[in-house]
Amino acid sequence: MTELISLFQAGIVFGTVILYGATGEILTEKSGNLNLGVPGIMYLGGIMGLMGVFFYEMNNPDPSPILCVLIAMSCAFLASMLGGLIYSLLTITLRANQNVTGLTLTIFAGGFANFFGGSLMKLAGGVGQINVATTSAAFRATLPFVPNLPALPRMLLGFGFMAYLAVVVAFVVSWVINRTSVGLNLRAVGENPATADAAGINVTKYKYLATCLGAGISGLGGLYYVMDYTKGTWDSAGGIESLGWLAVALVIFSTWRPKRGIWGAYLFGLLSWLYFYIPGLTRRSMELFKMLPYLVTVIVLVAASLRRRREDQPPAALGLPYFREER
Amino acid sequence: MRKTHKEPFIRISKRGEILPPWKAWGIRGIALVGSLVLCAIIIYSIVELNPLKVYGAMFNGAFGTNKRGWVTIRDTMMLLCIGIGLAPAFKMRFWNIGAEGQILMGGIASAACMVYLDSALPNLALLPLMFILSALAGGIWGFIPAWFKAKWNTNETLFTLMMNYIAIQVTSYFVALWENPPGSNSVGVINPQTKAGWFPEIFGEMYTLNVIIVLALAVAMFVYLNYSKQGYEIAVVGESENTARYAAMSVPKVIMRTMLVSGAVCGIAGFLAVSGASHTISISTAGGRGFTAIIVAWLAKFNPFVMILISALLVFLDRGAIEIASQYNLNDYVSSMLTGIILFFILGSEFFINYQVKFRSNKEVQA
Repeated sequence: MTELISLFQAGIVFGTVILYGATGEILTEKSGNLNLGVPGIMYLGGIMGLMGVFFYEMNNPDPSPILCVLIAMSCAFLASMLGGLIYSLLTITLRANQNVTGLTLTIFAGGFANFFGGSLMKLAGGVGQINVATTSAAFRATLPFVPNLPALPRMLLGFGFMAYLAVVVAFVVSWVINRTSVGLNLRAVGENPATADAAGINVTKYKYLATCLGAGISGLGGLYYVMDYTKGTWDSAGGIESLGWLAVALVIFSTWRPKRGIWGAYLFGLLSWLYFYIPGLTRRSMELFKMLPYLVTVIVLVAASLRRRREDQPPAALGLPYFREER
Repeated sequence: MRKTHKEPFIRISKRGEILPPWKAWGIRGIALVGSLVLCAIIIYSIVELNPLKVYGAMFNGAFGTNKRGWVTIRDTMMLLCIGIGLAPAFKMRFWNIGAEGQILMGGIASAACMVYLDSALPNLALLPLMFILSALAGGIWGFIPAWFKAKWNTNETLFTLMMNYIAIQVTSYFVALWENPPGSNSVGVINPQTKAGWFPEIFGEMYTLNVIIVLALAVAMFVYLNYSKQGYEIAVVGESENTARYAAMSVPKVIMRTMLVSGAVCGIAGFLAVSGASHTISISTAGGRGFTAIIVAWLAKFNPFVMILISALLVFLDRGAIEIASQYNLNDYVSSMLTGIILFFILGSEFFINYQVKFRSNKEVQA
């Protein structure tokens, strides 16, 4: 039983990281931009959130937890939006290829994050690794009565606030996309930008906003990874990157629906950790078990292409550039 | 009140004629210089080294000694080889972002030959066998997503991406299987005594064979893409599948065949990495080069000879940045950061080659 609980806890932590990434990417893809820079954007969110509070904690002997959280979240969100802005500028205004630009963003941001993650302490004149204990504790804090609860509710309520925020964000994004006129316009841009343009929708504005806001949301996933999973330190083993690619996969898995992404994310999180809890596995067969989330994605991908349901298809103009004079 | 319509301040239109090559390369050159200046500023702000000295140190890192020069050449050839492999797929507009996985599978095939055959075969027979098996392994890994794409139009971008991670886990499995010494979780150098399956030294240099193989592949790919019937089919499918169908080409067949070729060349890159460079296998055998090579192939417009220039530039930066990082005791991820910046600039510069920007001028207002 305790094993099962710890499996769920581990799964939900990874699932939350993936969920942020996927929710942001769904918003982006609804505007017709296929941003393969999600892992890079999550790197940016993670490192800039970490750097922001690192300097705050370094200069303040008695940091206030609330301010720590605010600084970390706004730094992460703004830096990720900046990543989205680079991508938007290149693909929307300068009409560079979306896949190539996204991959470049991932290369750049991965290098940027791992470089500063590994060298920041040295550059700031200290020794050892970065560690933002106060902030990480604030991110992982639960409601005061939670530790005294019985096992099951403790499991459900025992996460830092960002785990719940991820679900809220997914619901909000889902509501905006499906229930508001802004969302309707956004979907029109993603399905057929020429028609949307003719209807008087500012295609460029929608694409920019959706991509930048989506990037901001994705970046929070990186922040959550850094603050919760690695407890306010930097891990340069590339954990964020592989979760980032899973987030891209989850967008397909959820067929561009943020609400479906919620349970999909937890499923991916569970599958990522399953190998750890299956008894009798050798180290070798564990490695094979770690394939599961990727294999499942492939199966879903194939199944979706087999069924061809219209409501499960990607936005029709996904990945295509739009230029008014080109028709 | 009269409403006046103003001409927009900036107007963008497609260029009427294709720019002459010197102008196009001039624009790319300006972008490159711009990116190098920005990189110099960034390096300066981190290590406070005179920017000119930075590039001096980078040059020293890439070509300072004979050995460093050859490592730079070896890495250039590796990147070039992957770029060559990706070219046919991308020309067909098949987004093969699974080169990492195809390289790893090729690498596993090579390493398996080295581990299990060791000195059972003479090197002269072992190397060709490894070549063929790695090409086959990479080819199969590329064929799987192509088959689904051809049959059911399954999204290949994500399929090939997932195949990377599956390949990484397969690699981890074999690393655990072959680990040496036990418990180290790494394979170590395979056959250090017998050197079975290692590239032989030719003209006294270790990496001559890498250069020969990759340059031969470059020429072959150039001819294949530009002067063969299959190359023409690739171009037609890439431009318009409907046209291809109208011309009675079998689109599924072209897709599957091209991905077999593409994966095979990436598999050969895995063979080069294992047999011609590191003599071991790990999950970092591909090391992100499968992604970088996409950009190499794309920017070179699939011309293998232009790819040589771009890969050389990227590898030079990579080696140079690693040198600076080690001198200043920083980690060498700085090279990916700089690579990213340069690629952003070059990607952006393509816009100014294809489009022209006109500002509103006051002279032509009379209408």
